[in-house]
Amino acid sequence: MAKAALHEKKFKGVYVLYIILGIIVAIGVLAPVAWMFITSIMYPKDLTAATLKLIPDETTFSRYVEVFSSERTSDPAYIFRVALKNSTIIAICVTVVALIFGTFASYAFARLRFRGRGSMMMLILFTYMLPPVALVIPLYKIFNQLHLLDSKFGLIIMYLSFILPFIIWSMQGFFGSISKYYEEAAAIDGASRIQILWYIFFPIARPGAIATGILAFLMSWDEFFYSLVFTSSLNAKTIPLAIAEFNGKFTIDYGMISVAGIIGSLIPVLIAIIFQKYIVMGMSAGGVKE
Amino acid sequence: MTKNVKRLKSEQTYAYALISPSVVIVLGIIIAPMLATLVYTMLNNNMLSGHYGEFSGLSFFKEVLTSHEFGSDLFRTLYFTIVSTFIETGLGLAIALLLNEKFPGVGILRCIIIIPWAIPTVVNGSLWKLIFNGQYGVFNALLLNAGLINQYESWLGDPKLAMLMIIIADSWKMTPLAVIFFLAALQGINADTYEAARVDGAGPFRRFYYLTLPYLAPTAMIIIVMRTVEKFKAFDIFYLMTRGGPANATKTLMYSTYLEAFTNLNYSTAAVYAYLTALIVAVLTLIYVRMMKRGELNG
Repeated sequence: MAKAALHEKKFKGVYVLYIILGIIVAIGVLAPVAWMFITSIMYPKDLTAATLKLIPDETTFSRYVEVFSSERTSDPAYIFRVALKNSTIIAICVTVVALIFGTFASYAFARLRFRGRGSMMMLILFTYMLPPVALVIPLYKIFNQLHLLDSKFGLIIMYLSFILPFIIWSMQGFFGSISKYYEEAAAIDGASRIQILWYIFFPIARPGAIATGILAFLMSWDEFFYSLVFTSSLNAKTIPLAIAEFNGKFTIDYGMISVAGIIGSLIPVLIAIIFQKYIVMGMSAGGVKE
Repeated sequence: MTKNVKRLKSEQTYAYALISPSVVIVLGIIIAPMLATLVYTMLNNNMLSGHYGEFSGLSFFKEVLTSHEFGSDLFRTLYFTIVSTFIETGLGLAIALLLNEKFPGVGILRCIIIIPWAIPTVVNGSLWKLIFNGQYGVFNALLLNAGLINQYESWLGDPKLAMLMIIIADSWKMTPLAVIFFLAALQGINADTYEAARVDGAGPFRRFYYLTLPYLAPTAMIIIVMRTVEKFKAFDIFYLMTRGGPANATKTLMYSTYLEAFTNLNYSTAAVYAYLTALIVAVLTLIYVRMMKRGELNG
């Protein structure tokens, strides 16, 4: 505090510089997003006009309305609405299942002694780093036989395969940082192992679980490659895949792409802003020392 | 003594019970296919090859490693990885230092800085594709208005520029991550040390060079290694923006693997590509773990 006050006297001119730099950063961050939003409410004729106007004369929100009302199954707006639903279901299921299994496993890795602990932990970390392309060809064949292709359930299992290792890796950092005394005190009082886990570790690890849960949700929402390889119809099409398809068609509808982009970003951006503290915690958790 | 052994045994059983669901999923979906892919590298699985199904040993590794294409792919991957990691870390540090100061509006800035990071990769790709569009793109309009170009450029259609454009798009999304990490580290700095240095007559540049930089070095290392690993695996943004083109200018190791597997149906060649990439990533991961074991992450 004293330092800041001293600074204030000495470098008043520096403030102006900070504010100017701050405005540049703000423009850098917001301008591309703003442009996507402007595109999403522009009329098609303005989008492809010879001289581009940064602020269009007339705007339309009809594309947004279409997303929530269109009933034509070949309509991009309809496809996007289904994808939005699929992405939400998949991300929630993945987050819940991964948090439950991941918390159990990370507790075991952080607090219990068992054979193969170290090597299994290394294996899990390595799988997290593995490029997905190394797995998809045999998986495609296996999924084909099990009729898991083009299904939400199949994608949920796929996403668990990389989100679980992530949760285990970061949650064990949280569990590792909890003092041993709680555990011992509870054991002396006659608490069973499951009671210790439920009453001691879960409450303390809750912020950690929230942090990794948020990141798990965002990772699932963002996933594209598995969705591209394993999905072919509206059954399990996710938002990233829908947007990629809008880009790939012969006539690229930039208006619809922008609407999809804005709506598809809304949930993760809000989550990120509201839970910023948790996100920083979740991302640095893997590095927390024992 | 026996009681102790029994206790350990039951602890082990308990631990196995807790980890079993995760291990089943990870083993089933990662380890098993990983081994299957390893088989592909040595058993000809190139669908259109005359030797399909024959044992090929290490010949696919030899073929890929000596091919001109692998070298170019690796070079492009390294170019993308090094340049964008450099931009993210450098720019991230600069912005974090700015946001660590106190001035009107800094709170809002700290809040919105995370937005690009939260935007899904695919949305980011299509957003920049829209901005860089050669016919209607706003990038062209702005540069033309500012008099920096005489006519519209096809930014993503030019082999010399396409990779740079992807680097810009990717850095825009990922620089905030570096900012957040650096900012967290900066807030852990002990103000008293700075006060002491100031009293001893160290100017702002000396303080930055001798105090701030060494303090941030471990965080910078973590960011660099973490990002390098992720960038080696980058696929989405290439698929969205250029699909490896124009004229292979943005074809990275990961994109080549995808093309070999899903366009050329050369599963064995793709498997070799995947394993070589995984090998590079594994080495980087090892460095990452070593660094974390030494407890260098302060963020």
